[in-house]
Amino acid sequence: MITRLLPALATAGPVGVEPNTGQTVTFWICATLAVLGGLGMVLSRRAVHSALFIALTMVNLAVLYVTQDAPFLGMVQVIVYTGAVMMLFVFVLMVVGVDASDSLVETLKGQRLLAGIAFVGFLALLLTGVVRAFDGTTVIGLDAANAEQGGNVQGIGVLLFTRYLVAFEVTAALLITAGVGAMVLTHRERVTPRKTQPELSVERFTPGRHPVNKPNPGVYARNNAVDMPALLPDGSVAEESVPSPLRLRGDTQDADLLALEEAEHLLSHEPVTVDEAGEDPRS
Amino acid sequence: MNPTNYLVLSAILFSIGAAGVLIRRNAIVVFMCVELMLNASNLAFVTFARTNGTLDGQIVAFFVMVVAAAEVVVGLAIIVTIFRTRNSASVDEPNLLRL
Repeated sequence: MITRLLPALATAGPVGVEPNTGQTVTFWICATLAVLGGLGMVLSRRAVHSALFIALTMVNLAVLYVTQDAPFLGMVQVIVYTGAVMMLFVFVLMVVGVDASDSLVETLKGQRLLAGIAFVGFLALLLTGVVRAFDGTTVIGLDAANAEQGGNVQGIGVLLFTRYLVAFEVTAALLITAGVGAMVLTHRERVTPRKTQPELSVERFTPGRHPVNKPNPGVYARNNAVDMPALLPDGSVAEESVPSPLRLRGDTQDADLLALEEAEHLLSHEPVTVDEAGEDPRS
Repeated sequence: MNPTNYLVLSAILFSIGAAGVLIRRNAIVVFMCVELMLNASNLAFVTFARTNGTLDGQIVAFFVMVVAAAEVVVGLAIIVTIFRTRNSASVDEPNLLRL
């Protein structure tokens, strides 16, 4: 035990010895950001904001792993968690609907208050246990363990393929099962036969359908924004030219109003005369 | 750096995750809170590894990450399936799990 302790003591030192300043500064910055991210995740009403907040927490935790002599886990945290898992979350949010936000109505009465009390009580319990259990513990540090195989990644690799080989193999089975399970769960049986091309073309020319492109939005040279409906030859507004989300929100502009503005604009300016060479004489 | 600081941070994050599971109604956000709890436990494992001077804690954290990834895949698939049939991702729907 002493021989194992000696090299570690030289580098890490026991609790209470002046700690590494860089590590301390990094810890306080990252810890603050991680807690803020966690709080933001719980308190923000929109699920997308929650996803972004927890991504912030995960990146900060990755930095904390690296400062704790776990560079491999730090990288895996960034790649697997912030990369793959959060990607998956955001993707499912796109499927379910980004606008889905929690209602502020409590289904169970006083649930939030009780949850807050439970939060404070649980936190106090955990903190008491942690602080008391770690009172005066000596930090051995991972320098010796990492140096044994030539590095952190090598050390983890050796352990993974010797002592934890069975668990590692079981993990492979778990991952395959999860992949197959996800496919089975999201698989949908086709209940109606796929439409053939003739059927599709017949459907396209049924009355009430647009066989060609819908008219583009925009009217006059002055305004071709997407929220400006086009005018039909008889002067009426073509509702279909504005994208349906804008129409549903009522964000379309009034084409008649713009026509009036246009007329006023033309009347208030003197007409431009062009000489024979095609140049404006005023310039 | 004192390992107690890391463990206190881990405890705070775990409690925030637990509170989120209790408070939030959206199944996806509840799931994110579970992920936060798993991450907090990972931080504790990494701290234990450094305190004890062995890499075993990091191996456990690694396995937690693998299991979390598998859990996310299946859980999100279940949420998507429920959303397709019920058109809602709220955990309040009482008859959600009934056929």
